[in-house]
Amino acid sequence: MTIVEIGLPKRLVEFTLDGESVRVPEGATILDACTAVGKSIPTLCYGDTLKPANACRVCMVEVEGSRTLVPSCSRKVEPGMVVRTDSERTQHSRKLVLELLGSATDLSTTPHVDEWMSACGADPSRFGPDAETKLQPTTVDNPLYVRDYGKCIMCYKCVDACGDQWQNSFAISVAGRGFDAHISTEFATPLPDSACVYCGNCIEVCPTGALSFKREHDKREDGTWDESKQTRTTTVCTFCGVGCNLTLHVQDNEIVKVTSPHDSTVTHGNLCIKGRFGWQHVQNR
Amino acid sequence: MDLKLLDAEPTEAERVVVDLFTGMGRDQLLPALHAVNDRVGWISQGALNHICRVLHVPPAEAYGVASFYSLFSLTERPAKVVHVCVDLACQVNGAKAVCDRLTDELGPAGAGSGWLRSPCLGVCEKAPAALAFEAGEVAKEQLLAPTHAGEVIAVAAAGPSRVDGERAEVPQAGAPGLRLLKRVGVVDPESLDDYRATGGYQALRTALLLGPAGVIREVSDAKLMGRGGAAFPTGRKWDATARQPVRPHYLVCNADESEPGTFKDRLLMEGDPFAVIESMTIAGFAAGCSKGYLYLRGEYPRALHLLRNAISKARERGFLGTNVMGHEGFSFDIEIRRGAGAYICGEETAIFNSIEGFRGEPRSKPPFPVEQGLFGKPTVVNNVETLVNVPVILTEGCEAYTRIGTEGSTGPKLFCLSGNVSRPGVYEVPFGTTLSELLDLAGGVPPGRELRAVLLGGAAGGFVRPDELDLPLTLEDARAAGTTLGSGVVLVLDDTADLGSFLLRIAAFFRDESCGQCVPCRIGTVRQEEALHRLVGKRPLSTSAADLQLLREVGQVMRDSSICGLGQTAWNAIESALDRLGYAEEATK
Repeated sequence: MTIVEIGLPKRLVEFTLDGESVRVPEGATILDACTAVGKSIPTLCYGDTLKPANACRVCMVEVEGSRTLVPSCSRKVEPGMVVRTDSERTQHSRKLVLELLGSATDLSTTPHVDEWMSACGADPSRFGPDAETKLQPTTVDNPLYVRDYGKCIMCYKCVDACGDQWQNSFAISVAGRGFDAHISTEFATPLPDSACVYCGNCIEVCPTGALSFKREHDKREDGTWDESKQTRTTTVCTFCGVGCNLTLHVQDNEIVKVTSPHDSTVTHGNLCIKGRFGWQHVQNR
Repeated sequence: MDLKLLDAEPTEAERVVVDLFTGMGRDQLLPALHAVNDRVGWISQGALNHICRVLHVPPAEAYGVASFYSLFSLTERPAKVVHVCVDLACQVNGAKAVCDRLTDELGPAGAGSGWLRSPCLGVCEKAPAALAFEAGEVAKEQLLAPTHAGEVIAVAAAGPSRVDGERAEVPQAGAPGLRLLKRVGVVDPESLDDYRATGGYQALRTALLLGPAGVIREVSDAKLMGRGGAAFPTGRKWDATARQPVRPHYLVCNADESEPGTFKDRLLMEGDPFAVIESMTIAGFAAGCSKGYLYLRGEYPRALHLLRNAISKARERGFLGTNVMGHEGFSFDIEIRRGAGAYICGEETAIFNSIEGFRGEPRSKPPFPVEQGLFGKPTVVNNVETLVNVPVILTEGCEAYTRIGTEGSTGPKLFCLSGNVSRPGVYEVPFGTTLSELLDLAGGVPPGRELRAVLLGGAAGGFVRPDELDLPLTLEDARAAGTTLGSGVVLVLDDTADLGSFLLRIAAFFRDESCGQCVPCRIGTVRQEEALHRLVGKRPLSTSAADLQLLREVGQVMRDSSICGLGQTAWNAIESALDRLGYAEEATK
């Protein structure tokens, strides 16, 4: 049985989006409205299962009457609002934000970022070869996760997924300040000594590949990771009675990764260590 | 929630101070960190662990909070440390020479050598300044201002004496016609009797007679605008909060004065602390708050001492607590919160996160504080100077108040004069006084020198040229002239000032103080500083014109897309130097 949340009927709010009148249910964000009418707005820190962090500023749009640009991922549509997603100011902002990010972090495994950069003509190298970066060695202190913080854009999603929004483990937090801000356990203690329960929900939401499953990381390293050869099969986890949906990513008849559908009403994309990592027995042939 | 703690245990001294927080919650995290820092001078794994156990805070989060504040150290350091100010006003007054000698004699700045470089300490009228700190059973702090390298070296070795600074002084002390500064330097700041003998608590009596709506009407009709920098109408803020059906309401007095060149709130708190407490009580009454927080920046030990005294005396005499001044049903009390070295915590929503025990990162608005502020409840946030205008309005009446100043900017205003000026200090003048009149009051630039520029409004403000001194100091005139009064900074630069390094200090300040939450500010302030270094040092990436263009583009994205006012204004002063002072031309020559 599929459960569809119906909820209370919602009023429609009318506003102007890039010169056209659009009606969306009350409470919808500008980003929701853009998605509904088929406009694509780049996002990085936005997560479909998380509250908006408002941190990356890639999705900024112009709202008439507002002194600054506004984040479309969190700003709710108000009646009569006049929104422009493609004005010169928004284009400039998007280009610069992508350039700043690209100048400080390794975006090589961030999906879509190349398209966005070429669409707005972003060139991160123009800050020069001496521009300070966040590049650093990869951290591998356990058999399940790899943390490559040179790719971290500080979107807060892993912290939110680990904390009160989903897992309530609170193993990681943002530490430091300004350009030195980074994701850390207490006193940068190794993950096995921290409160981490290896649910992998932080990796599920990471938008850049800064966090990855060891298996995927190793296969990428040795050049055997090939998504075009992978199938995805969604099934139900057999470990307990909760009924979590598992999506098995299979390459060459081997499970290489397990995720969960974000629209699953049971998991909302989250799993525990068993569903996420407890599949080796399937392959004991 | 089960907490997974580290194995580390606290020392006996750490355990004793942390145990005092038993039974309390997350919002005591910052006070608990202070308690450990005051006792031992740094936060060890064992101490943090114990804080987490007592307050029930996840260790990773407590670590995130502790590492946010520059006054705390998570690695071992000696109990004694001197914070030497290298910010704008001190830079103009010889801070570099002080630091050079300290580097020679004590070694490079760092915890091990006993001294650290500090952003503005808020004693710009006595620049250069330093603040000595020594942890112990009773932590000691001593302000050294004006100081010199010899004194810093001596105090770094011997530790601070228990003196926490000299009595507050203003150049106009005792002059007739003063309203905000009338008691500063004249009336004993420790005596409630002296305060009452000079008109203290008359305004609260009036307020209790007028009722909350009456007070809000008076403040609104007086057209009181916020004095912290944003100039928002105070009456509207109070009214919007008072109307919220959700309870409780909170009041936050923003005394996290950290804008370089600003020290007016410190003078008010040190010179007239009871006025701050009375004003907060009136604001709490008007907006329906039963609790007020006074968020005081961590580097103001004397203000802390005097405010604590004022609060406890007011409480003893029924001016705080239940049924204030015998008024049935109005209860109000004040808790002081010490900041710990983070400029961003003066942002009106970051201050909530800091008080609640989270990292002092600004929140996204909307929702605005009047709807969901501290602990998610309707909250009024007011600057110290804004608040102390309220008793003036209530005792003189809003009509008399509006006759002070101009149509659009009513009332008296405090300006902080520092830099190359003969008589630096806080001056009270009516809005509408011209910049040149204000400079004359302070004696102008030292004899034999020529005025080069005035930084108006602070690091987030803008420059004014010597030929623009006719500018009437009002909100509207400043806006029309493309600048801002900000927090009342008037930092004077004469022909001996090195504009390039002054601008570099502004850029470094914003890089250091960015909270790191949003990309434009976190990375933009770094790129701004890098490009400015190339421009000032004449080492362009390709051409200086290209660096200039880069600087402008980065500035624009910070202004357009940063979450809060820090990032949005991080480029203001630099842009104004480039365009208004002609530094763009000079640098690309």
